Amino acid sequence: MQIDATKYEGALILRVDASRIDAAVAIEFKESVRLAAEAPGNPLVLDLSSVTFLDSSGLGAVVAIMKLLAPERRLELAGLTPNVAKVFRLTRMDTMFTIHDAAPGALRAAG
Amino acid sequence: MALAADRSALVGKEFSRRFRADDEVTRLVLGALLAEFADAGIGADDCANAELILAEVLNNVAEHAYAGLGGPVELNVRIDTDGLDCLVIDRGCGMPTGDAPNPGAPVLDAANLPEGGFGWHIIRCLTSDLRYRRDGNRNRLMMVIPWVEAG
Repeated sequence: MQIDATKYEGALILRVDASRIDAAVAIEFKESVRLAAEAPGNPLVLDLSSVTFLDSSGLGAVVAIMKLLAPERRLELAGLTPNVAKVFRLTRMDTMFTIHDAAPGALRAAG
Repeated sequence: MALAADRSALVGKEFSRRFRADDEVTRLVLGALLAEFADAGIGADDCANAELILAEVLNNVAEHAYAGLGGPVELNVRIDTDGLDCLVIDRGCGMPTGDAPNPGAPVLDAANLPEGGFGWHIIRCLTSDLRYRRDGNRNRLMMVIPWVEAG
């Protein structure tokens, strides 16, 4: 899975270039982010603005990444689309993460 | 809210699929099915709920009923006045407790967050009239995904 990494004021921004994080790709997603997270930066901000579908497998993978990084590094989230935000809200996982409307430094999409 | 005024015209329309329970196949089948729902005039928010619930249910069939080994699954979705009437039949292992889980919201201990156990909670949140029955060597799971959009 393609993960685009950028730095912004000490933070490592990882943009997930995929529209779905479901059971078919959850393991691949976790591994791709783990590799991308070898770059320095803290916090690590996972930009999910391209992701329009995330199921419980995808949610579990995000939690697993958070636990892999802790306690040295913090995982934050950005750009949750409505259907992704709903899964975080229903499971109350939205209370466990710092969630940004958009990735720090990200240009807002035109229109 | 597209076509909301005319949802009654859709009542009774059915969508059926038989396929192999497998994460990759499920993804393809759901993609095609959701395109049909949208074409039929089901609104975006209702489609989104259906996609999430059916993905969770079918992932459970693949991972638990068939323990990742694959097996046949039948999916039938019927448009009803209350919502989408869903029936999922597989020939895998039965539910360990004899009934469909109803685990409530996961307990979130910040020091040790759970990485699983979310699926049934999500299913229970977004469905009504969920019923499970072991029928010979088959599992039959029925549920309604209520309309969230006016109609």
